[in-house]
Amino acid sequence: MAEIVGAISVSHVPAIGGAIAKGLRNDPYWKPFFDGFPPVREWLAQVRPDVAVVVYNDHGLNFFLDKMPTFAIGAAPEYRNADEGWGIPVVPPFRGDPALSWHLIESLVAEEFDLVTCQEMRVDHAFTLPMALFWPDQNWPVRTVPVVVNTVQAPLPSAARCFRLGQAIGRAIASWPGRERVVVIGSGGLSHQLDGERAGFINKDFDLRFIDSLVNDPTWATKYSTAELVELAGTQGIELLNWLVARGTLPARVRQRHVNYHIPISNTASGLLLLDPV
Amino acid sequence: MSRQPVPGTIIFDGEQARKGYALNKMCYSFNEADNRTAFLRDEDLYCARYGLTAAQSEAIRSRNVPRLIDAGGNAYYLAKFAGIFGLDMQDIGAQQTGLTKDQFKARLLAARGE
Repeated sequence: MAEIVGAISVSHVPAIGGAIAKGLRNDPYWKPFFDGFPPVREWLAQVRPDVAVVVYNDHGLNFFLDKMPTFAIGAAPEYRNADEGWGIPVVPPFRGDPALSWHLIESLVAEEFDLVTCQEMRVDHAFTLPMALFWPDQNWPVRTVPVVVNTVQAPLPSAARCFRLGQAIGRAIASWPGRERVVVIGSGGLSHQLDGERAGFINKDFDLRFIDSLVNDPTWATKYSTAELVELAGTQGIELLNWLVARGTLPARVRQRHVNYHIPISNTASGLLLLDPV
Repeated sequence: MSRQPVPGTIIFDGEQARKGYALNKMCYSFNEADNRTAFLRDEDLYCARYGLTAAQSEAIRSRNVPRLIDAGGNAYYLAKFAGIFGLDMQDIGAQQTGLTKDQFKARLLAARGE
């Protein structure tokens, strides 16, 4: 059976793509953010995953508001990035794993998670930036399965539901007869708010409590409604739902391999957390 | 619970999504460089093509983010509009909070609490 070797959760903002394209890794503003990644790269080089399941939210590249799935999953042989409006250079295409995707779809729908299935799908910065941060040469060593969560248009799936989706993905991977080593990536957050009078809202206390909970008390955040999470983490901080999906794929007991937290990148409190099963 | 329970915040829900559909659809079109160029060539014509309301067109014309949000704009889509003018998220944040960009960036830094 396939094995989940760990879960990496990380923030995404388009400005990271700009910083990579402009070579600003050592710029004083960006350095505390980029310096968080070498331990994750070293771990990836050791565990050598075959597949990355990437849990993220689309920001209007693949999905527009005409059709807005609560949960969607890619089942394509290849996924391409494209211009999201800012003309940032696109990254090389990503290989898919349609057989594993369809196994996940069969397993998840059997567990009553009725995802939208996508045989064509463009992947935006929330998918591509974690990949570019983990594998800076952009010569992707993994096949990929994108999983998209609606964090854009309320009503959003509850934190509890997202956690359970992660658990179901974990069971689906465990029941795959292949011998693949799978890393799960959760992309988004942490606290930030782009819109309204409350723009610029960041909640360090909440973020640190949330990170700690993923290690020691993984269902802690599931006691909150999505409106409460917006109040605690901001209108875009709610992207932490993707972290909950990723955490749900791991067993109850995990080890914290690496953590980094930095305020701010763009308007966002950035977090990076690597967990693996005990 | 009220529909908008978080102070200083308009949660993008069904009501906002309906109100802002044409506006967000126009912003979505800015993914394509050709469409960004076409918008810059004749903004009013471009807005009319997407059927924006008078209030939405005026908010676009005046680059007024609070009014764009009030008119149903979604932050992720408005970011594509802002990008046409080279505005980043600190410019947008400053405009919405009545701060200068430097003051807004200082507010972000203050969240470190160090």
